[in-house]
Amino acid sequence: MLTLESVTYRYAGAPRASLHEVSIELRDGEVVGLVGASESGKTTVCLVASGLAPRSVGGTLTGRLLLDGVDAAPLAMYQLAARVGIAFASPATQLSGVAGTVYEEVAFGPMNLGLPLPEVIERTDAALASLRIEALAARDPARLSGGQQQLVAIAGLLALRPAHLVLDEPTAQLDPAGTAMVAQALASLAGNGASILVAEQKTDLLAEICSRVVVLDAGGLALDGPALEVLADPRLEELGVAPPSPVRLDRAAHAAGLPAATQGQLAEALAG
Amino acid sequence: MTDLVLEAVSYRYPGGVDPALDGIELRIAAGERVALIGQNGSGKTTLVRHLNGLLRPGNGRVLHDGNDVASRTVAQLARSVGLVFQDPDRQIFAGSLRAEVEFGPRNLGMHGAELRAAVDEALAAVGLEADAGTNPYDLGASRRKLLALASVQAMRTPVLVLDEPTTGQDLRGVAIVRGVIEEAHAAGRTVIAISHDMGFVAESFDRVVVLRDGRVVLDGTPGSVFGESSWEALRSTYLEPPLPAVIGARLGLGATPTDATLIAELGSAAVARG
Repeated sequence: MLTLESVTYRYAGAPRASLHEVSIELRDGEVVGLVGASESGKTTVCLVASGLAPRSVGGTLTGRLLLDGVDAAPLAMYQLAARVGIAFASPATQLSGVAGTVYEEVAFGPMNLGLPLPEVIERTDAALASLRIEALAARDPARLSGGQQQLVAIAGLLALRPAHLVLDEPTAQLDPAGTAMVAQALASLAGNGASILVAEQKTDLLAEICSRVVVLDAGGLALDGPALEVLADPRLEELGVAPPSPVRLDRAAHAAGLPAATQGQLAEALAG
Repeated sequence: MTDLVLEAVSYRYPGGVDPALDGIELRIAAGERVALIGQNGSGKTTLVRHLNGLLRPGNGRVLHDGNDVASRTVAQLARSVGLVFQDPDRQIFAGSLRAEVEFGPRNLGMHGAELRAAVDEALAAVGLEADAGTNPYDLGASRRKLLALASVQAMRTPVLVLDEPTTGQDLRGVAIVRGVIEEAHAAGRTVIAISHDMGFVAESFDRVVVLRDGRVVLDGTPGSVFGESSWEALRSTYLEPPLPAVIGARLGLGATPTDATLIAELGSAAVARG
C-alpha cells in the first residue's frame, strides 16, 4: 500500500505550491490512473509518491508519504529505492548510461540490490521476456529507437520487482503493441500484489488497466473514483483530459441527434 | 515549394546488423499532409532524418525538386525542411522563449520587424505569447515541446516534419498541434508527422505511410490504410486501426477512419432505413 496523506509541495524557489493537500491511497494489487491537464501536477505527484521529492529534488513538503503504513521520510535512499520504483517519461533520464548492452542495463538494478547472480539472471530474463525484447539483449541501449529505449527502461524496473511502482507516461513513445505489452506487464505485477500509479494521457489504456482513476486540477484533487465512472465523467474534458474513444463516440452520436435505434446499434458495436 | 523523393534509399547505422531503411521509394508532393506510422524501430525517425540531410543514404538518393541533395549541407537543407525532434530537450538551448524561437529564422537571414513578427506569430500559434521572456526550462515538458514546434514553425520552411508531436500533450495541447498543422497546410506547406496516435493520424492527415523493418508496406488515404482490407498488413506491423474504423467495419458501414466520418455514415444509414 502506498499513501499520500494531505500532501502540499512547493519546488525550491517556486512562488507557489505545485500540489495542494493531495491525498491518494493505492491499495495492494491496485493500478490507479493519474490524469489531468498539462502542468496540473501529475509529474510532481509521481516525484512525491516515489520519495524523490523533496529528498532528491529539494523543495518543501507538508503531509506524508507512507509505504505500507510506514512514514517514508526517515528511510535511507537505498531502502526507499528497494520499495518504490519510478519510471520517468523520458527513457534518456532513466537509463543508467553505464551499461554497454540491454541485458546489462536491465540487470543493473537487481545487481545493485546485491541479489545472488542466479536470481539476477532469472529476473533479467523474465523482465526482457515480459516485454518481448529478448532480441534486443545484446544491443547498445544508446543505439535503440526512442520506443525501444522506453521498453528497456521499464524492463529495468520490472526486474527490481518493486512492491510499489510509479510510472510517469510510461508509454509516451510506444507503438500500440508496446503499449499493450506494458499494460499486461503492469497488470501481472499488480496481480502479484504491487500497488501501481500510472500518469498517462492515453485514457483508452487507463480504461483497460486501472481500477481507479484520480484527476488533478491545478495541483489539487478534482475527481477520484472507479476508473470507468471517472473516465466517463462529463467534467473530464473541462479538466483538459480526452475521454476514452468509446465515451467520445457515444457522446458524438448523442450530440449529432442520431435516432435512438442507431445510438443503440453503436453502443452494441462498442461493447462487442 | 519542395517536392521530396526518396529513390531506393537504404541506410544502416554504424555497427548495425539489419538495415534501418531498406530500399525506400517515396514521393511526397508539395502541400501534402503525410503521417508516417509503424512499430518502434521500424525506421520512421531514420527516414525523416534523411529529408534534411542529418543522415545520408547508404544507397539510393534523396531529391528535393528533382535535384539530388547529396552535396548540400544540413544548413542549406534546413531552409527547405524544418524538423521538430521527438524530445524537445535535444533542440532547446536558449535562455528565453523569444531567443529560442528567433534562432532559426535569424540564421535564415530574417531580421528586424519581419523577424519579430515571425517569432510573435509562432509563439502565439502554440499559446506561449505571454511567456516570451521566460526561460524554456521553467516550462513543463509539454509546453517545452510546443516551444520546439514554434521554433521550427517560425522558420516557415516549405516542409515541416514533426516527430510524435502529440506525445505528452493534453486535450488543449493536441488541439494546438492540430491547429499548427492546419495552418501550415493552408499556407501550402508540406507537413510530415511520425505518430503512434492513430486517431490524430486519421483526423489530421490525407495520406498514411506504414513502415515495417525499413520498408513501406502500406501507403494510402486514412480510409484505405485503416480500412478492413488493410487490417492484416497493419496488424503484421503491430498497429491497430482507430476505434471508429473498427466500429464502422463491425456495422458494415465502409471507410470510417474518424469519429466524424463514422457518425456521418451512421446518420445516412439511419436515413436510408427511414
